[in-house]
Amino acid sequence: MRRAPELLVIWVPLLLAAAHIVVFTAWTVWISFTASTLMPVSEFVGLRNYTSVLATRNWKIAFDNLFIFGGGFVAFTMLTGLLLAILIDQRIRGENVLRSIFLYPMAVSFVVTGVVWSWLLNPGMGVQKLVNDLGWAGFRFDWIVDREMAIWTIVLAGVWQAAGFAMALLLAGLRSVEPDLIKAAQIDGAGPLRMYTRVILPTLWPIMVAVLVILLQMAITTFDLVRALTGGGPGIATQLPALVVYDFMFQRGQIGRGAAAAVLMLLTLLGVLVPHALFKYARRRRAANA
Amino acid sequence: MSALSLSGITKSFGAMSVLKGIDMKIENGEFTVLVGPSGCGKSTLLNIIAGLEPPTAGTIEIGGRVVNDIAPKDRNIAMVFQTYALYPSMTVRQNITFGLECRNVPKGEREAAVTRVAALLQIEKLLDRKPSQLSGGQRQRVAMGRALVRDPLLFLFDEPLSNLDAKLRVEMRMEIKQLHQRIRSTNVYVTHDQIEAMTMATRIAVMHQGEIQQFADPDTVYNRPANLFVARFMGAPPMNTLPARIETAAGVVRAVIGQGDAAVALPLPATFAAQTGREVVLGLRPECIAEEDRRFGHGGERVTLELPVEMTEPTGAETIVLARLGGERALARVSPDVRLQPGDRGRFALDMRRVCLFDPGTGALIA
Repeated sequence: MRRAPELLVIWVPLLLAAAHIVVFTAWTVWISFTASTLMPVSEFVGLRNYTSVLATRNWKIAFDNLFIFGGGFVAFTMLTGLLLAILIDQRIRGENVLRSIFLYPMAVSFVVTGVVWSWLLNPGMGVQKLVNDLGWAGFRFDWIVDREMAIWTIVLAGVWQAAGFAMALLLAGLRSVEPDLIKAAQIDGAGPLRMYTRVILPTLWPIMVAVLVILLQMAITTFDLVRALTGGGPGIATQLPALVVYDFMFQRGQIGRGAAAAVLMLLTLLGVLVPHALFKYARRRRAANA
Repeated sequence: MSALSLSGITKSFGAMSVLKGIDMKIENGEFTVLVGPSGCGKSTLLNIIAGLEPPTAGTIEIGGRVVNDIAPKDRNIAMVFQTYALYPSMTVRQNITFGLECRNVPKGEREAAVTRVAALLQIEKLLDRKPSQLSGGQRQRVAMGRALVRDPLLFLFDEPLSNLDAKLRVEMRMEIKQLHQRIRSTNVYVTHDQIEAMTMATRIAVMHQGEIQQFADPDTVYNRPANLFVARFMGAPPMNTLPARIETAAGVVRAVIGQGDAAVALPLPATFAAQTGREVVLGLRPECIAEEDRRFGHGGERVTLELPVEMTEPTGAETIVLARLGGERALARVSPDVRLQPGDRGRFALDMRRVCLFDPGTGALIA
């Protein structure tokens, strides 16, 4: 017989979570199949919202950007995080201070990051102006107003924010490598490069996969960073799916299409999470069999 | 030329002194076991020999060459770890050849070396598996293969059997010993298990509190322990150590244990006459106290006594009896046929040939 407090502790949060996540997801999915515009209506229109969302230029650019941003953000965050983790792992002085500094951006709101980087990257007041004023008059750093390069400014700000987080997780991984393994490799004669590439990093890959999945989730749901940094511009050059959803729902009053775009985002997320879940399941099975 | 020579090795971590001047010479082909309780500094000493930790002071010579400033990989050593330390992402074959790969040995030679070692350790069928697919004993074999493949001057073992279950540990213990007899390698083996030390070593170094208490062959360490620590550490159950007084009366040397009515006088070999009048600690192995009709394979210095029994521990092959000898607790190893009950008074035979006397102050062996 369970006691009442236990039931309360388990069921109240569970019901609240279910209400917020499951009910609203189901509602969004339902709306995406209706002719809702400003107000929700229950007229079923099949996949019409999906076909029209997929046909807009806005969505296509947003989705292409998601691949550039997602790929660039994840790759550079992992690399920077790994590099920082390896450097900190050399038993340096002031490790705690440096670790806090690198991790600090994670405590800053994406909106703040976006605003600060928008100032830094603004050619009229940021880095370009600083270098110009120092005397290098020909220096150009105007990616943020360049249609082709603007998306990379978002990658830059995103990496700045998330690299410390990746570092923290990877550092924990590096620290948990068995000391005997490193001793054995030392006696075997592995130099620093071989030590990392052949011995240490291969033991780290479960953590890397976890970091990868978390970063991909962050990338797919990015909204506030772009909103504050470029507002999706110049033009619609830095649109991302979350901005498209916001645009349909709250700017154009087409919540049916907005919901369809949101469901497409959800499917993209599932495209990351389902393989990860399968991968974890397979690993557990293999570990259980071994 | 010694395979390994240590002189004046000390190691301190801050104010804590872990090794207090270790001197040791190990000849080629010797199987040296460093044994001691945890925290005695034996693993630190092994790490210093391997070059994984620098000593605070002292000189390490391997094969006649001072290696203090030489990296572990260039010391011509190989090491087997308690946790096996196999590279999890590599196959058994890659694990074994990794050291050769790091030394840029051509592929053909590497393959030949793997084949040779795999045959020696009977792990041919495992070569393409990953460590996670191996049992504990198989992992231990692979770890040994990784050491053997480079044919080094010195093999270092850091408690290699401690993670195995009891049965497998006994099997691997025999295999390591056989392997040593076959290839005549020079081994330095660290363990806290005195049985491993006794069974495998050609010489044992008993360590305690950062110092070598005794460095001798297993027979000497067991029968003539250099001090009370060694006497009590080696052997299971440990040596009985009883406070005693040496007296000589009518030409007979006796050790008197206990006071007043409980006192027991044990006759000693005449060679102990020089200790007359001294307070000592008398050391007697439990197997030197047995049931009354036991013959110890000689005529002299056999005493029979009646002793009160406090407790018995049957192990199957023998029964350990806790008895009172002159009021002091003493352990005896008797035949399992002798059925004694707590509270009984049993008759025991004592073998006085192998008595050791220790100084009660310093603990050192005096006779």
